[in-house]
Amino acid sequence: MPSDLLKLEGVHTRIGQYHILHGVDFAVPRGELTMLLGRNGAGKTTTLRTIMGLWRASAGRIELEGRDIAQLDTPAVAGLGIGYVPEAMGIFAGLTVRENLLLAARNGPLDAARLEWIFRYFEALKKFWHLPAGNLSGGQKQMLAISRAIVEPRKLVLVDEPTKGLAPSIINNLIAAFAELKKTGTTILMVEQNFHVARSLGDSVAVMDSGRIVHAGRMAQLAADQALQNRLLGLSLEAQQ
Amino acid sequence: MKAERFDLIPFVLLAAATLGALALIRTPSTWVTLTVAGLAMGLLIFIMASGLTLVFGLMDVMNFAHGLFIAVGAYVAVTAMKLFGGTLAALAPALLATMLMAGALGLVFERVIIRPVYGQHLKQILITTGGMIVAEQLIHVLWGPDLLPLPRPEPLRGALLFGDVAIERFRLGAVLLGVLIFVAMALTLNRTKLGLLIRAGVENKEMVEAMGYRIRRLFVGVFVAGSALAGLGGALWGMYQEAVTVHIGAQMMVLIFIVIIIGGLGSVTGCFVGALLVGLVANYVGYLAPKVALGSNILLMVIILLWRPQGLYPVGKS
Repeated sequence: MPSDLLKLEGVHTRIGQYHILHGVDFAVPRGELTMLLGRNGAGKTTTLRTIMGLWRASAGRIELEGRDIAQLDTPAVAGLGIGYVPEAMGIFAGLTVRENLLLAARNGPLDAARLEWIFRYFEALKKFWHLPAGNLSGGQKQMLAISRAIVEPRKLVLVDEPTKGLAPSIINNLIAAFAELKKTGTTILMVEQNFHVARSLGDSVAVMDSGRIVHAGRMAQLAADQALQNRLLGLSLEAQQ
Repeated sequence: MKAERFDLIPFVLLAAATLGALALIRTPSTWVTLTVAGLAMGLLIFIMASGLTLVFGLMDVMNFAHGLFIAVGAYVAVTAMKLFGGTLAALAPALLATMLMAGALGLVFERVIIRPVYGQHLKQILITTGGMIVAEQLIHVLWGPDLLPLPRPEPLRGALLFGDVAIERFRLGAVLLGVLIFVAMALTLNRTKLGLLIRAGVENKEMVEAMGYRIRRLFVGVFVAGSALAGLGGALWGMYQEAVTVHIGAQMMVLIFIVIIIGGLGSVTGCFVGALLVGLVANYVGYLAPKVALGSNILLMVIILLWRPQGLYPVGKS
């Protein structure tokens, strides 16, 4: 069993008067892809944003390699080697594809070999290298957002609903890219509503409901247990099947 | 996929306004003189306004005290020019001194006044307006309440004659300096990583932070640079008018706000085109219809906002 790279213990998050996370506990094993599943409004995005320091945890511990990062600000969290792909993708529309990736390369110039590796899966980025990112299609923007997070080796990549609103052919492309990324040993925590994607990629899984983790375990076990799926994911799963 | 082309329509509008004025003025020599005067005025406004538009774009900070840096720049220029002898050789060190003083003041102002009110627009308006009033009174204390002369160095006085066309030397110098600053700023914003970060920060500061960059440090840098440029603009504007009063900053703020609103908040290119439009329209209308000159820029702003409600070059925020 791999050791845990990231561990959340009793994490609470409040946004204004709203108490969103009610003591979230789960771990992300090193070198694995962990799926964070749950119904809309369960607190998945808030969990990722809390890890990134975009919303500050009001209580609890968030440990990265044993170090509590719960009270670090966002640039410090990112500086520890965490890449983030937000739900809205967060691409800089006025900057070109190249400029978007250039900014994401914090530690120096773009690595040509890594770029070629990225282009193998996301050819469109090479084709539209000098175009403003705002001109890309939805799927291409998602490719850019993911590429930005992995343009340099990262300890951990947080990805929020990468397949949302994308065509099936592009989703298959993303699945292949993440499968390849897993092979490099990158640890990934992914929020996903599409159970087909989750089942294809996930090694481990945590399921959220009402701001709490209600199940954590191996993805294969959840994928094989229809009753458990229905109980944990209910309507959101039915919608995907 | 269709490549996005640089939007040239505002530049075409600028050219159309200039040529339209030629048709109305009819005397080419007068038109050239007015055009150079308009460009000089516009570029000086651009120097003063460019920092403010980036400050707003990066951190949504409404700094109503930006005029303070203009006023301080103008008054420091008065003192520095006296100190250095008022010659052409004194101009560069005097302008450098104004930029340093205004930049240093910007650093203190950001720390003490702006930082406590990040994200609170109403408080920003109140505290920066209050800061402006206090600063004006401090200028009264330091330099006195009277209008102070700020003569141009001898070689920058008078006009160059090209046939019938007379072009003031100082205006020509202001145009050259303004273009130089715009080019330097455009190169910085488009060709350096710092510039990319500023442009990215204007669009989506949260994502810039999530990529590991400290947007507040960037903001402080932009604020200081913007203050220094405002100081430079104030010094040059004082020389343009050949006199300085304590209200020089507050008076310029009206034009500066018009320019950054016309240009699109956060857009340096928009600020550049907007400033040129304001400068040219003020000069043309002042000549053609002096009675409506006062309201011409407000009218220009209304027309442009009816056409493009987000300004000439809207900055997409995400």
